[in-house]
Amino acid sequence: MVRYFIKRLAGAVPTLLIIITAAFFLIRGAPGGPFDQEQTLPPEILANLQTAYGLDLPIWAQYGRYVGALAHGDFGPSFKYKDFTVTELIGQGFPVTLEIGALALILALGLGLPLGTYAALHHHSAADHAAMSLAVVGIAVPSFVVLPFLGLVFGIYLRWLPVAGWEPGSIRHLVLPVIALCLPPLCIIARMTRASMLEVLRSQYIRTAFAKGLPLHIVILRHALRPALVPVAGYLAPAVASIMTGSLVVESIAGLPGIGRYLVQGALNRDYTLVMGMVIIYSALLIAMGLAVDMLYAWLNPRIRFGR
Amino acid sequence: MSKGSIHRLRSNPVAALAFSVIVLLIAIAVIGPWFNPNNIESLDWAHVAAYPSLTGAHWLGTDRLGRDLFARTLEGMRVSLAVACVAGAISLSLGLAYGAVAGYAGGRWDQLMMRFIEVLSGLPLIFFVIFLTVIFGRSQYLLFLAIGAIGWLTMARIVRGQTLSIRQREFIEAAIASGAGTGRIILRHVVPNLLGPVIVYATLTIPQIILFESFLSFLGLGIQEPHASLGTLIAEGAGEMEAAPWILLVPGGVLAVLLVCLNIVGDGLRDAIVGREGAAT
Repeated sequence: MVRYFIKRLAGAVPTLLIIITAAFFLIRGAPGGPFDQEQTLPPEILANLQTAYGLDLPIWAQYGRYVGALAHGDFGPSFKYKDFTVTELIGQGFPVTLEIGALALILALGLGLPLGTYAALHHHSAADHAAMSLAVVGIAVPSFVVLPFLGLVFGIYLRWLPVAGWEPGSIRHLVLPVIALCLPPLCIIARMTRASMLEVLRSQYIRTAFAKGLPLHIVILRHALRPALVPVAGYLAPAVASIMTGSLVVESIAGLPGIGRYLVQGALNRDYTLVMGMVIIYSALLIAMGLAVDMLYAWLNPRIRFGR
Repeated sequence: MSKGSIHRLRSNPVAALAFSVIVLLIAIAVIGPWFNPNNIESLDWAHVAAYPSLTGAHWLGTDRLGRDLFARTLEGMRVSLAVACVAGAISLSLGLAYGAVAGYAGGRWDQLMMRFIEVLSGLPLIFFVIFLTVIFGRSQYLLFLAIGAIGWLTMARIVRGQTLSIRQREFIEAAIASGAGTGRIILRHVVPNLLGPVIVYATLTIPQIILFESFLSFLGLGIQEPHASLGTLIAEGAGEMEAAPWILLVPGGVLAVLLVCLNIVGDGLRDAIVGREGAAT
C-alpha cells in the first residue's frame, strides 16, 4: 500500500511540472502585459518596473527564476495588488474557498450516497422516480442559475438568509452558496450510487446474505456498500473539479472573499504571478484528490492493492 | 440504431415530451422575432425595467436600459444553440477521428494516443480554456474552438473502445483482403458502424457545451455586448435581482428548461440504444 502510494506520488510531480510550464508560457504568450493602463507609462518608468519584476530577462531565465523560487515555496509578488505577495493573497482567500468547497463535497456525499441507496432499494417506487427526476434537474441546472434563484426566494422574499456577503465565522452566509455548489455533484453521486447499488443488489452473495437472515442494514453496510462505492470513488476527482469551477461563479455572486475571483481577474489583468499561483493551487488540489481516489480504490478493491 | 431501440425510445413518454419542448423552444427562438414588435437593440426609455405583461408593449418586460427582454432572450437562445452546434460538431469530429485512428491502429500507437488523452483529462482543462479565451482576445470563433476542445476527450475514448471491437469483425478482414487502404477502411467501414454510440454521446455533449458557454459568458469571457447569450443575460439579471427579478428569471428559466430537456433526451437515447438503465454519466 505504501509502495503503491509512493509510486503514484512520484507520478504526480512531473504532471504538476508540465502544468506549471504550460501555464507559464501560455500566459506569457498572451498579448499585453501587467503594466498596460489607460494612459501609457513613460518609457523610463516602464523599464524600471520591468527590471524590478525581472521582466526584462529572457523568457527562459524568467522561467528558471520562477520555478527556482517556487521550489522554496515563494509564489512571487502580485503585479496588480501592489504590496501583496501571491502567497498572502491566496493565504487570505483560500480558507473561505476551502470551507465552502469542503462543505459542499461533504454534503454531496452525505446526502447523495444515502439517497442513491434508498432509491435503489425502492427500485421503481414513486420515491425512486421522484428522486431521479429531481436529480436530472439538479444535474442540468447550473449553480449560477440556482444561486440567484435561491437568493431571490430565501433572501429577498422570505428574508430567512442573507442574499450575499460574508462575516467571519457566520454559517448563515454560507448556506445558500454551499447548497448551490453541492447540488450538481450531489445529484450525480445519487444517480451513480443508485445505478451501481442496483447492480450489486442483483448479485449472488447479496442473495446469500439475505437468505441467511441478515437484517437489511447489515447487508447494505457490510456487503453491498463497498463494491457499490467503486464507481462513485472514481467520480470524486471530477466532483472536486466541478466544485472548484462552480466556486468561481458562486463566490462572485454571493460576494464571498475566496480566491475564485483571482483566476479570471488575474488572467484579464495579466497578473502573471497571481494566475500562476491559482493554477498551481487548483492543479495541486486536483492531483491530490486523484491520489486520494487511487488510494480509495486500492482500499475498496483488493485486486488493485495486491496485484501489480 | 436498431428497430428495437427506436421502439424503446418511442415508448419513453418523458423523453418524447422533452424532445417536443426542445423543438418548440428552437422554433420560438427562430421564428419568434417575426411576431415580436420589438427588436433587440432599440431602447425604450418610456419602459425601463418594465414588468412582464402580455397586454403591454413588452411581453416579458424590459431590462435596465429598456431593451425588450423577449427579443434579447430569443437572441441569447439562438447564440447559445449556435455555439452548441458548432462546438459540438468540432468535438464530435475531433473525437471521432482521434478515437477511430487510435482504435484501428492498435498496439503501441493506441497506447501512446490514449496515454495522451489520459494526461489531458487529468488536467484542469477549464482553466486552460479560460486562459485561451483571455489570450486570444475576444474572438468568438476561438471561443467555439475552445469549447469544442472540451468534449472530444470522452468522445475519443468511446469511439476508440468501439473501434477496437469492430476491428475484429469479419467485414474488416474482407475489406483488407480485397485490398482497401487503411484510410478507406476507417472512413467507409469503421466510422459508419460507430454512429450509434457517437450520436448518443453527442446528444449528451450538447447540454454540457451550452452550460459551459453560458458559464464563460457569465464570467464575462464569452459572448460580448451588444450580443447576448443566455449566460450574459443571467449575469445581467443576477445584478438586478432585487428590483427586477424577471430579468433573471426569464433567461434563467429558459436555460434551465433547455438543459433539463436536452439531458432527458440524451439519457433516453442512451437507454434506448445501450439498453441499460440509469447508468452513470
